[in-house]
Amino acid sequence: MTSLIEPFEEATRPPALTAELPVGRTRGWWGMVLFVTTEATLFATLLGSYFYLRFQYGPQWPPPGIEKPELLKPLIMTGVLLPSSLPVMWAERGIRKGQRWRLRIGLLATLIMGSTFLALQGMEYASKLKMFTIRTNVYGSLFYTITGFHGTHVTVGLLMVGWLLAAALRGSFGRRRHERVRLTAIYWHFVDLVWVGILFTVYLSTRL
Amino acid sequence: MSTVAQQPPAGAEARAQLEERLERHWGERPSLRSWFTTVDHKRIGRRYVVTAAVYFTLAGVEASALRTQLARPGQRLLSAEEYDQLFTLHGTAMIFLFATPMLFGFGNFLVPLMLGARDMAFPRLNAFGYWIFLFAGLIMFSSLLAGDAPDGGWFAYVPLTTRPHSPGIGLDVYALGLLFFGVSTTAGAINFIATALKLRAPGMSLNRMPVFVWAIVATSFMVIFALPPLNLANGLLFLDRRFGTHFFDVGRGGDVLLWQHLFWLFGHPDVYIIVIPALGIVSAILPTFARRGIAAYPLIVLSLVAIAIVSFGVWVHHMFATGLPRLSLSFFSAASLLITIPSGIQIFAWLATMWLGRVVVGVPMLFVLGFLVTFVLGGFTGVMFGLVTFDQQVTDSYFVVAHFHYVLFGGAVFPIIAGLYYWLPKMTGRMFNERLGRWAFALVFGGMNLTFFPMHVSGMLGMPRRVYTYPAGLGWDAWNLLSTVGVFVLAAGLLLVLGGLLYAIRRGRPAPDDPWGGDTLEWVASSPPRPYNFPVIPRVRSLHPAWDGRTAASLAELDSDRTLEEGRRTPVTSELDGRYEWAAEMPEESIRPFVTAVGLLVVVIGLLFRWYWVAGLGGLLAAGTIAGWLWPPERTPEEAAAS
Repeated sequence: MTSLIEPFEEATRPPALTAELPVGRTRGWWGMVLFVTTEATLFATLLGSYFYLRFQYGPQWPPPGIEKPELLKPLIMTGVLLPSSLPVMWAERGIRKGQRWRLRIGLLATLIMGSTFLALQGMEYASKLKMFTIRTNVYGSLFYTITGFHGTHVTVGLLMVGWLLAAALRGSFGRRRHERVRLTAIYWHFVDLVWVGILFTVYLSTRL
Repeated sequence: MSTVAQQPPAGAEARAQLEERLERHWGERPSLRSWFTTVDHKRIGRRYVVTAAVYFTLAGVEASALRTQLARPGQRLLSAEEYDQLFTLHGTAMIFLFATPMLFGFGNFLVPLMLGARDMAFPRLNAFGYWIFLFAGLIMFSSLLAGDAPDGGWFAYVPLTTRPHSPGIGLDVYALGLLFFGVSTTAGAINFIATALKLRAPGMSLNRMPVFVWAIVATSFMVIFALPPLNLANGLLFLDRRFGTHFFDVGRGGDVLLWQHLFWLFGHPDVYIIVIPALGIVSAILPTFARRGIAAYPLIVLSLVAIAIVSFGVWVHHMFATGLPRLSLSFFSAASLLITIPSGIQIFAWLATMWLGRVVVGVPMLFVLGFLVTFVLGGFTGVMFGLVTFDQQVTDSYFVVAHFHYVLFGGAVFPIIAGLYYWLPKMTGRMFNERLGRWAFALVFGGMNLTFFPMHVSGMLGMPRRVYTYPAGLGWDAWNLLSTVGVFVLAAGLLLVLGGLLYAIRRGRPAPDDPWGGDTLEWVASSPPRPYNFPVIPRVRSLHPAWDGRTAASLAELDSDRTLEEGRRTPVTSELDGRYEWAAEMPEESIRPFVTAVGLLVVVIGLLFRWYWVAGLGGLLAAGTIAGWLWPPERTPEEAAAS
């Protein structure tokens, strides 16, 4: 997460008052940050719609016939996905020092953790589909659309990480040339963080 | 410009060499291939303008058909079904396929020129955005030829638009077409922001950035936050229609007002997404023809930003008649009225500019004056709609139609036509015929008011919008006939605009580099600009660089930081102060943006006709092309460590 917080820390320290800080943001950095911003807005409106429909629905949520979601599996999924940002950060720091091996190992670890998350989500779907589907009622529609939309993002993120790993194995990045690593990391952190919002909305909020 | 005169002859030779070298890196040989591969922001910008103008013409023809049908009571020229499709497509096309892309076309052409850059931040993304826009428009309009266009109004309210009530393919075209088009708008917005923050010429701190660029940046930020709710709404609608989800299905726990909230959470900001760049055009043209710098520059910029923010808090004023709690209506009413303050500040800043300057009434200025009058009238009825009680009386009547046509025709079309005349010399290198332009203005202004003013009255007399015909004897006949006559006057005026511009492009006399004496940097580039825009990137010293001797002098200094003639490069500067940071490598022309856009087009067509495997293939094509597009070059550890 350092790559996201650093600019704010820098900009609030005393030197920022006399000279323009932070410096050195690239076009690509702005492009990815803005893309993530618009994506985050999309997730925010989606989760907002969940609460809107829930509160319009009435007191019993999930609707009659559907049990409150079990928490064990989603918490394991969280335990796999959230820490998957750490190897990316470690890899990014490594390549800043020119250590290509760290980049490769870090990306591989993230790839494995992300794929595990998707596999767990597949198992979660398998058990849920026995109870309700996307067509059962609005609860089912929300559950599968929200988690499926996030799963699609994880898949895209994994494709990006895999693509980056392929480039890293061939040898494209080094101490000064690694912007794509930085940008992919931003996207991956975003996909991770959004999951926290989804965990809260879809799983935890039903128990409040 | 004394420094230019003092240059020894050797300087002229060095300059010729510089231009030759730049031409080698940036020039494109005209060919069919380069038509598909170009990434030049000027060519892309012109394409946006031309394509949007074509869509405007089509949507205008639809409007003429609607008005002809309504000329007299009880006509049977169009059936109710045809009428519904035509008004839906008219609105959808004007909002999505004309207004935004036309203004993005101006932005694409002008932003790098005004900033003193050689291209946009992401030139290939720019080309990609254009192709998506073109394809989305083709899909939407072709549905009319197939006889099954969207017919639920441009805001497509559920439950009318859900599958049980609209079984055809028309609303799938609407939902998928708008999602597809959203890709283009979002890509364009990100590109504009990155360009404005990173590619300004050295010395152009943010407080020296032209108002037009500020307007494009404010708009782009609105797009970043406003398009997601629209995309979500259309995504959910498509899921409901195709895969049987229940988001808008009250019987299974869905909610119909969710659509309205999501749509207007996008829809009201979208009004400003259309109007703010148009206001930026006005702020570019008006000072030039008032022969002085714009008055109250900081206030104008703050107003644009304030409008961009406040417009996200007013969407419920489109829903005053839906039975929401009173308290929430008061909040949204207050927020809607609040927006008049920044809008008013801009109007007074323009009036002050004219008051303090010496106004020259050229054709672009005529259209700007037309804008001022109509936009203020539209704003005035807008204030009336901000009041809940008034709104509930006239909602869904022709009064609304009158109001938003004054706002959108006045607030967007007038500035767009003004901009077409104003920048025609720069875009094409040709001058237009002044007299023809004046005639066109008279007809457009008269026709516009004759068309839309009577609608205030027919609305007050109770005529509902979107009726395909009406019985005689309700007191609406005369007002409708007037409107229809007005539409043909307006059409004649618009044809004169079009004819005048086409004639100028073919036969107009060559334009000088700076025909109007403008203050922004596009006027120091040649007409039309060279592929690299500026042989020497200027060092900007003031808000009015083209009027400022020191900036002009910097164009003659062959300083290697600002000529960058090795390869395709442009300077990158810091976000706030515009300090020089490094020289960025710019991409060369590429077929990949086109191929990626075709891949997405295949996805949309596959989804539309339920050929899911085709959609999958299209997705693979797009993803594979992007993977190749962004694939980094192979580097040894030494190369990758070198700065």
